[in-house]
Amino acid sequence: MEDALVLGAITLKSRLFVGTGKYAADSLIPEVIQASGAEVVTVALRRVGMQQEGVMDHIPSNIRLLPNTSGARTAEEAVRLARLAKAAGCGDWVKIEVIADTRHLLPDGYETCKATEILAKEGFTVLPYINPDLYVARSLIDAGAACVMPLAAPIGTNRGLQTKEMIGILLEELDVPIIVDAGLGRPSQACEAMEMGAAACLVNTAIASADDPVAMAQAFRLAVEAGRTSYLAGPGRVHENTLAEASSPLTGFLQ
Amino acid sequence: MHLMINGQSQEVPCTTLTDLLRALQLDAQRLVAEVNGTIIARENFDQTQLKENDRLELVHFVGGG
Repeated sequence: MEDALVLGAITLKSRLFVGTGKYAADSLIPEVIQASGAEVVTVALRRVGMQQEGVMDHIPSNIRLLPNTSGARTAEEAVRLARLAKAAGCGDWVKIEVIADTRHLLPDGYETCKATEILAKEGFTVLPYINPDLYVARSLIDAGAACVMPLAAPIGTNRGLQTKEMIGILLEELDVPIIVDAGLGRPSQACEAMEMGAAACLVNTAIASADDPVAMAQAFRLAVEAGRTSYLAGPGRVHENTLAEASSPLTGFLQ
Repeated sequence: MHLMINGQSQEVPCTTLTDLLRALQLDAQRLVAEVNGTIIARENFDQTQLKENDRLELVHFVGGG
């Protein structure tokens, strides 16, 4: 049986989503997307500048866009951005990101819930970015979220799976896909998240800030696949209180 | 005509939204427009008449995480 990730009405094979921000040159993006195997990439919405350059030139047309609502400080602003993104004609997926705190860039769970409720009712497939808080996650699911996207560490820090315990609780308690977003800095950390049972990982800075973003995109793809395969394989028991457990038979030695 | 475009006051010779985008050399297929807080569907750009002092937001996708 195929191991697919179902989000809203869409079935995905790839469990790695990639962001398109912060690249030294946007022309790297097609190769990064290809190396990552991603079927979903995130974009942001901003005012057009004087010269209209655009990331869209670099995103293959078969890739599903996940617009985020970055820049929104309230539910109302997130809803407005989501509607604008939908009007751009690239589908009805939206990553809700409501951040009022400019120092730590932590998401506001209350405003995120309000925006999710409104947008889910309008038919959006809502992927909310959150602190890994069980109560916020439950409220989001009640509000119609298609998944939850807890942060591993503060955005853009490459610090890894700092919130491991809390994400573990979400994995234990919730039935929706859990997509680890923000803060993953190394493929090994994405692998660990997947091995714990995360449905997918979203990575931007770790790839964009690598010396070789294309190679790093490939490394994340392999790590996510390894972690997923390990999770499905069902890792063996950890022997906490045993000094050692021989792997080879302890009988039949040569004399 | 005097318009507020993305928070900036501008004088642009135009009557419709399509005229405006042409005058600004912007590709209509690549952006989303809001006029006085209302999103305008792309297929309605041609018929959208602009008025003195309209407030417009012209946005598009950029790289993001």
